Amino acid sequence: MIVADQKPIEDIRKMLKGKKKVLAIGCGTCVAVCFAGGKREVGVLSSAVRMATELEGEPVQIDETIVQRQCEKEFIEHLGDQLGEYDAVLSLGCGVGVQTLADQFPGTRILPGLNTKFMGGPTEQGVWEERCQGCGNCLLEYTGGICPISRCAKQLMNGPCGGTDEGGRCEVDPDTPCAWFNIWERMDALDIQDQLMEIQPPKDWSTSRDGGRRKIVRKDLQKPKLDEGS
Amino acid sequence: MNQTPLKSNSRLERILAAGQFAVTGEIGPPKSHDAGVIREKCSQLKTYVDAANITDNQTGIVRMSSIAAGILIRNEGLEPVIQMTCRDRNRLAMQSDILGAAAHGIKNILCLSGDHQSFGNHPGAKNVHDLDSMQLIRMFQEMRDNSQFQCGEEIKGGGPPLFIGAAANPFADPVALRPLRLKKKAVAGADFIQTQLIYDMDRFREYMKKAVDLGVTESVSVLAGVGPLKAAGMARYMRNNVPGMSVPDHIIERMEGAVKGISNDDKKARMQASRAEGIRICIEQIEEIKEIEGIAGVHIMAIEWEAAVKPIVEGAGLYPRPEVEN
Repeated sequence: MIVADQKPIEDIRKMLKGKKKVLAIGCGTCVAVCFAGGKREVGVLSSAVRMATELEGEPVQIDETIVQRQCEKEFIEHLGDQLGEYDAVLSLGCGVGVQTLADQFPGTRILPGLNTKFMGGPTEQGVWEERCQGCGNCLLEYTGGICPISRCAKQLMNGPCGGTDEGGRCEVDPDTPCAWFNIWERMDALDIQDQLMEIQPPKDWSTSRDGGRRKIVRKDLQKPKLDEGS
Repeated sequence: MNQTPLKSNSRLERILAAGQFAVTGEIGPPKSHDAGVIREKCSQLKTYVDAANITDNQTGIVRMSSIAAGILIRNEGLEPVIQMTCRDRNRLAMQSDILGAAAHGIKNILCLSGDHQSFGNHPGAKNVHDLDSMQLIRMFQEMRDNSQFQCGEEIKGGGPPLFIGAAANPFADPVALRPLRLKKKAVAGADFIQTQLIYDMDRFREYMKKAVDLGVTESVSVLAGVGPLKAAGMARYMRNNVPGMSVPDHIIERMEGAVKGISNDDKKARMQASRAEGIRICIEQIEEIKEIEGIAGVHIMAIEWEAAVKPIVEGAGLYPRPEVEN
């Protein structure tokens, strides 16, 4: 899932400076599951902003709503009727949600209430960790199911650097295990450690962000265009 | 002597090909454009080492370019080993820089992942890591041997004559993987290896035994990293904070013992006694290293203490450095 974190309240207040009436829109999917932009978080954040702006003598009216998926047009279209009365929308969706709103409602100022962090999942209660960078060319086959692109600070593809602390911690952050230490342990346990001797060639990053804006077109799923007949 | 044609004809390669025990040193460029700093450090190392590494923005701190500093020492008569990290450059820049370096007559290159930028003075920088050190070794090897750019395109006029090095940290976790990783670097195309600083000779002998058994030393010259300790505190700090750094208690005890009986107030005398002991330990370690099977030389890291190189090389019976035919 996409994991996000709420922006500091000071940043949000700065964004809302001068606005009289704002609609805060949460999202019921990824960011609800990671407790950043679900119904409850929209409520808590809105109350905090109301109180703070009232104390400052420049109260902002914040109304609250939530959609099931902010990243799909079908789920947000219905909001169009009410947006005219607001100075801005504060999206508590991920970056995709913010942009879907912006695409759909070009006449409305859409502001981000979250910092979108990564694709990952919970590893223990209250902890989420990155697991994928969407490089577009999955190499988990070669690395024992552990991704060095997202989990190694240097994105190494052929083994650990010299900076693995005793016990297999990454020197960049001692709270983080070295991805290559984990890869080694796992491949050793599976008795496929010989595969690590194969030299992984330079990665083709053109399928990653480096190749430019990415999109997937599935012709089999596309609606036939009217002028094409049939 | 075998007649295999040399790959780069660098002095370091010729020394090793002649079966001589090689000695390399290290120079950290300044955080400025002051060429005088490089020349001063160079004067301390010249004639005592066969070649000197020039670090590449080590610990992620911006310094004078390693290639530019390498040209400076080359002009002073000291052969450089250019360090190149994967942190700051993509494959275009790396190939372009190595062609430029070769055009200036630079031959030795050391391929590194690079310290993470979070340790340096621009922690907000974007790191590159387009290639890793293994892929960098292989890319340079293919440039040299196949006259090919990484994309497969031909390098017209032939590839650059390089002597390709890599680093090894024998005691970093996972320890069982380290000899295999050394082998992988040999397979990728490394001609020589310089190790992380070694203080634990027993563990290093075990590591080298594994390397020899894996056949690594048949194709690669391993230079053991050594460095003089300045003080017991430095030894403890390295043991506790540097990944893979194994500093045995007896070394720390010797460094502590060196200042026993000298008044705490006499800082100068304590420093001198401490440093003299650091140099003695380093010399003894080189003597031990000479006896280890598969070792082709030492890499002396005396960063910001270049003056220590002379007494170490002399003390270890490695001076004068041999002359090798060009």
